[in-house]
Amino acid sequence: METTEGKKITVGAIIDEPGSSVRYKTGSWRVQRPVINSEKCTKCFICAKYCPDGAINPTKDGPVVDYDYCKGCGICANECPMKAIEMVPEVK
Amino acid sequence: MILEGNQALAVGAKLCRPKVIASYPITPSTHIPEMLSEFVANGELDADFINVESEHSAISACIGAQATGVRTFTATASQGLALMHEILYVASGMRLPIVMGVANRSLSAPINIWCDHSDTMAERDSGWMQFYSENNQEALDLVIQAYRIAEDERVLLPAMVTIDAYTLTHTFEPVDVPSQKEVDEFLPPYKPVYAILDPERPITQGSFGTPEYFMEFKYSQQKAMERAKEVIDEVFREFEEKFGRKYGKIEPYRTEGADVILVTLGSMSGTGKEVVDQLREEGAKVGLIKVTVFRPFPAEELREAVRRAKVVAVIDRDISLGFSGAVFANVSASLINEEKRPLLANFIVGLGGRDVRPEDFREIVDKSFRILEAGRVEKPVEWINVSGEVP
Repeated sequence: METTEGKKITVGAIIDEPGSSVRYKTGSWRVQRPVINSEKCTKCFICAKYCPDGAINPTKDGPVVDYDYCKGCGICANECPMKAIEMVPEVK
Repeated sequence: MILEGNQALAVGAKLCRPKVIASYPITPSTHIPEMLSEFVANGELDADFINVESEHSAISACIGAQATGVRTFTATASQGLALMHEILYVASGMRLPIVMGVANRSLSAPINIWCDHSDTMAERDSGWMQFYSENNQEALDLVIQAYRIAEDERVLLPAMVTIDAYTLTHTFEPVDVPSQKEVDEFLPPYKPVYAILDPERPITQGSFGTPEYFMEFKYSQQKAMERAKEVIDEVFREFEEKFGRKYGKIEPYRTEGADVILVTLGSMSGTGKEVVDQLREEGAKVGLIKVTVFRPFPAEELREAVRRAKVVAVIDRDISLGFSGAVFANVSASLINEEKRPLLANFIVGLGGRDVRPEDFREIVDKSFRILEAGRVEKPVEWINVSGEVP
C-alpha cells in the first residue's frame, strides 16, 4: 500500500530493513554545534562517553564529532574538564 | 461442566494454548488469572504466567510477547481496562492479535463493582474487535473463535470477549467444553505473519509514523476491520459445522413481522428473549436483535434485520454522558441514510449493576408502541428504572 507521496507502508508499521535509521540525519535538528579546540584537548574522551547520541567518535587523533547526527545538545562542552569545546551557533 | 463465566473464559483460553499470560487481578475478573495461574502451576497449561504490577503492564507484556511471535491472553474489567487504554491503541496499531477477556463492570466514580458496559464501550474506538457474550457457553466459544479471527492474515487485529459482571462472571451454568483435540483441530498453533523475533530477519516493531504515513496506517486498520466482517462469518460457519453451535454478528430473535424490535447486548438478551416470548403469546408484534459482534459494527446485517420494523428500541447498558447510549449512536448512524427507516429510540438500563428486569423490558416495549402510535419520538433517550429526583 502506498501513501499519497508514493511511499511504501507495511502492516503494523513494521520496518523490515535493519539499521535504516542511519538514513535519517538528525544533525539537521541542530541550532548550535560543538567545536573542539585540539590544542586544549587532552584526548580524555569524556565528551565521547557523555554524548547521548554516540555522535563523537574517539579516534587516534582525538574526538571527532559526527555532524550528521550531532543534535547540538551541548553536554560534551559542559562535561569537558579542559573547557576545550565551544558551542557555536549553527549558521548556514 | 458447570462453570461460572470467569471459568468459562479461563477454560476457553486454556484450550487455545496461549504461551504467555500476563494478567492483573480486578473484581470481578480475578478468577480468570487465578484459574489460569493454577493451570500453569499444575502443568495443565504449558505457558509463562507473568505476575505484572498493573493492567497497564499486563497488556504491555502481552504486546512484547506477541511481538516475538507467541499467542498471548489477558483479562480485566472496568478500571483495569481503562488503565490499559493508551496501550490498547498500540496493540491494534501494531496489528497484534492478542485476545483479552473482559468482565463488563462500570467505571467509577462512584466506585461500583457491578455490571454495565461502560468499560468496553469506552474502548470502541481503539481498533480492538469486540464480542459480547449472552451466556457462559458463548464466552467459552467466542474466545476460541476470537483467536481464529484475530490471527487470520486478512485481519491481524486484537479482540476482546466480554461477560457481564456477576450475572455471568459469578453465575454457574452448564457449559459444553470441547476437547483439547477438537480445539487443536479448529485452532492451529499461532503462525505470526509479520510480527516475529527472528535473528535471521531483524525488524523494527513499534516504529514512528510521521504525518506523511500515519493516516495510511489507520486506513489499513480500517480495511482490516472491514475484511474481518467476512472472516467472522467464515469462522462462525466453520465453528457451527464442527461444534454444532451457531453464532452470528447479530442474532435476530422472532423479528419476523415485528413492528417493534429491541436491540440488546450481553446477558440482558436472555431476559429480553423471555419477555419477547411472553409478549408474542399476548399477540404483540415484537422481536429482539442481540448484537454479538460490536466491532466491527455489523451495519449491513442490522439494516437488513430492521428493514420492516416500525420502531427500533436500542437498549444501552452504558451512557455517553452528554449524549446517548453508544449502541444507539452506532445503530442510528447505520440507518441514517436509509430512505425508509424505523423510528429510533434509546433506553438506558442497568447501570452499575441495577438489575435489568422483565418489567423493564415491558416498559420499553410499551413506550415503543406508544412511539409507534404517535408516529414520532418525543424523547430520543429515556432512562429506565431510575429516580429522576436527583440534584
